[in-house]
Amino acid sequence: MVAAPGTPRASSDALLNTQRSRRPRNMGQIIRWLLLFIGGILMIMPIAYMISTSLKWPHEVYNVKLIPDEPTIENYTYVLEDGRFYWWFVNSIIIATITTICNLLFDSLVGYTLCKFRFPGRQIVFIAILSTLMIPTEMLVIPWYLMSQSFGWLDSYWGIMFPGLMTAFGTFLMKQFFESVPDDFIEAARIDGLNELQIWWTVAMPLVKPALAALAIFVFLGNWTAFLWPLIVTNSVDMYTIPVGLSGFGDEADVAWELIMTGAAISTIPTLVVFLIFQRFIIRGVVMAGLKG
Amino acid sequence: MYRNLTIRQKQIVWAWAFLALPVLFYTVIRFYPTGNAILISFQNWNLLGARTWAGLENYEKLWNDPVFWKVFQNTFLYLLIGTPLSLVLSFVIAYHLDKLRFMHGFLRMLYFLPFMTSAVAMAWVWRWFYQDVPIGLFNNILSGFGIPQISFLNSTTNALPAVLAPAVWAGLGFQVIIFMAGLRAIPTSYYEAAKIDGVGWWTVLTQITLPLLRPTIVFIVVFSSIGFLRIFDHVFNMTTNNPGGPLNATKPLVLMIYDTAFNGFNMGYAAAQTVVLFTILLIVSLIQLRLLRSE
Repeated sequence: MVAAPGTPRASSDALLNTQRSRRPRNMGQIIRWLLLFIGGILMIMPIAYMISTSLKWPHEVYNVKLIPDEPTIENYTYVLEDGRFYWWFVNSIIIATITTICNLLFDSLVGYTLCKFRFPGRQIVFIAILSTLMIPTEMLVIPWYLMSQSFGWLDSYWGIMFPGLMTAFGTFLMKQFFESVPDDFIEAARIDGLNELQIWWTVAMPLVKPALAALAIFVFLGNWTAFLWPLIVTNSVDMYTIPVGLSGFGDEADVAWELIMTGAAISTIPTLVVFLIFQRFIIRGVVMAGLKG
Repeated sequence: MYRNLTIRQKQIVWAWAFLALPVLFYTVIRFYPTGNAILISFQNWNLLGARTWAGLENYEKLWNDPVFWKVFQNTFLYLLIGTPLSLVLSFVIAYHLDKLRFMHGFLRMLYFLPFMTSAVAMAWVWRWFYQDVPIGLFNNILSGFGIPQISFLNSTTNALPAVLAPAVWAGLGFQVIIFMAGLRAIPTSYYEAAKIDGVGWWTVLTQITLPLLRPTIVFIVVFSSIGFLRIFDHVFNMTTNNPGGPLNATKPLVLMIYDTAFNGFNMGYAAAQTVVLFTILLIVSLIQLRLLRSE
């Protein structure tokens, strides 16, 4: 028997399940849903407590109640008036944005070149770039530090950014996606008299927008939360990024937990908001990047 | 000049024009430092004085350093507890979530949300959870039930799992999403055939689902293994008063590298540790390649 189009699962269920066996199955579905729901709520508890505590007065902080009795934004006012978080936030935004733009441009340009051009050395360049995936950042931080020291890059935006301006992961991801751009399109543009740079920018790039978006999410999030290298390369408080600043802030002996939670919330809320707005899109991007990259 | 070139030659010129800057970047920012790190690992250098040749001295010192073996053990404990735990949890969640339609997107969001947080911020949140009565959330809840408080971060036995927990928690959402994509990719015809044959769910799971998920499982195992071997942010931030403590009970290799290089300024010794980390990661990646190829 041929299942009705569009409902293959339902029709085979109808064939095989008697009325009696359906009820327990539904009960099972309800229990399954409830357990997953409870698990999901537990998963977001740390985030919920972070935000809830950031809205509490000091005397309420050690109360396990999730909803504050008298919510206040006093902690946010205090932390932002302190001024440091403002700068760390600005630094992080600038660094993550510039790095993301650089990755989008260079990773896609290199990916495109390796995918669509035939030239001597192509294979070597591809393997060389791919092999850098094997090199852990932790191995490079010492030489990067020495390099930054001798060129005067320590404690500067450039110093924080330079190691991440291009990534092998992004290059590989973009190369995979340019495979799906038909060569005919490129050939046609060539006949129309566009030069190669124009073809890349006006013909190929618009066709891989979903991949660019996925890459942008990964690079931005990665740089927003990056810790080890910014910790090493910065030493004046004004140059810290949010994670480095937060780490030092939390360590100050006189800082109270509600203020630490406020700082943590400030560093987390922007990415959470972006995620909640573009949820479906981001999850699809993560799957694409995870499976293809 | 350029006009006289053939189409193929023009393409070669364009290709190298596009690649010039990136090739320079990868050479200067990736390959040169890699060689440099290996070179420094054979030298003695404290940043200020002269660089002197040390031969294998740093590696010998590492071999005889009890702290290194403790750190080595910790690093693999993170891996050996963290990877299987997050693999099983994320599979169980994905397997059941895949079978639900009601509010599917909402549940998925709950599990994925922690992946969007920053490790540093969440390390501080969990650190607060772990404090003693009357501060920490966990111990306050326990005492609410009349259970004596547990020492988490101050205990040499509990500290490592306590530090690992937020790392597993934060990575879970990503793995769930990847598993669900893998489950979706299995053709429904397999399941329908199994149903017609009257096969039980356990057999379906072990004979159809898991074997077909093998590439996904290998990917997740490698991805999370590398993550746990490189654990740093969580440990550093949950133990800032005594990084890697108590008594080095939580110290992973990356933290030892950071300490040796940027607190002790013993660059040669730190570089030797990075070479060890590199070797470990390389072995893990090669095992992955073999597993994928034997398919």
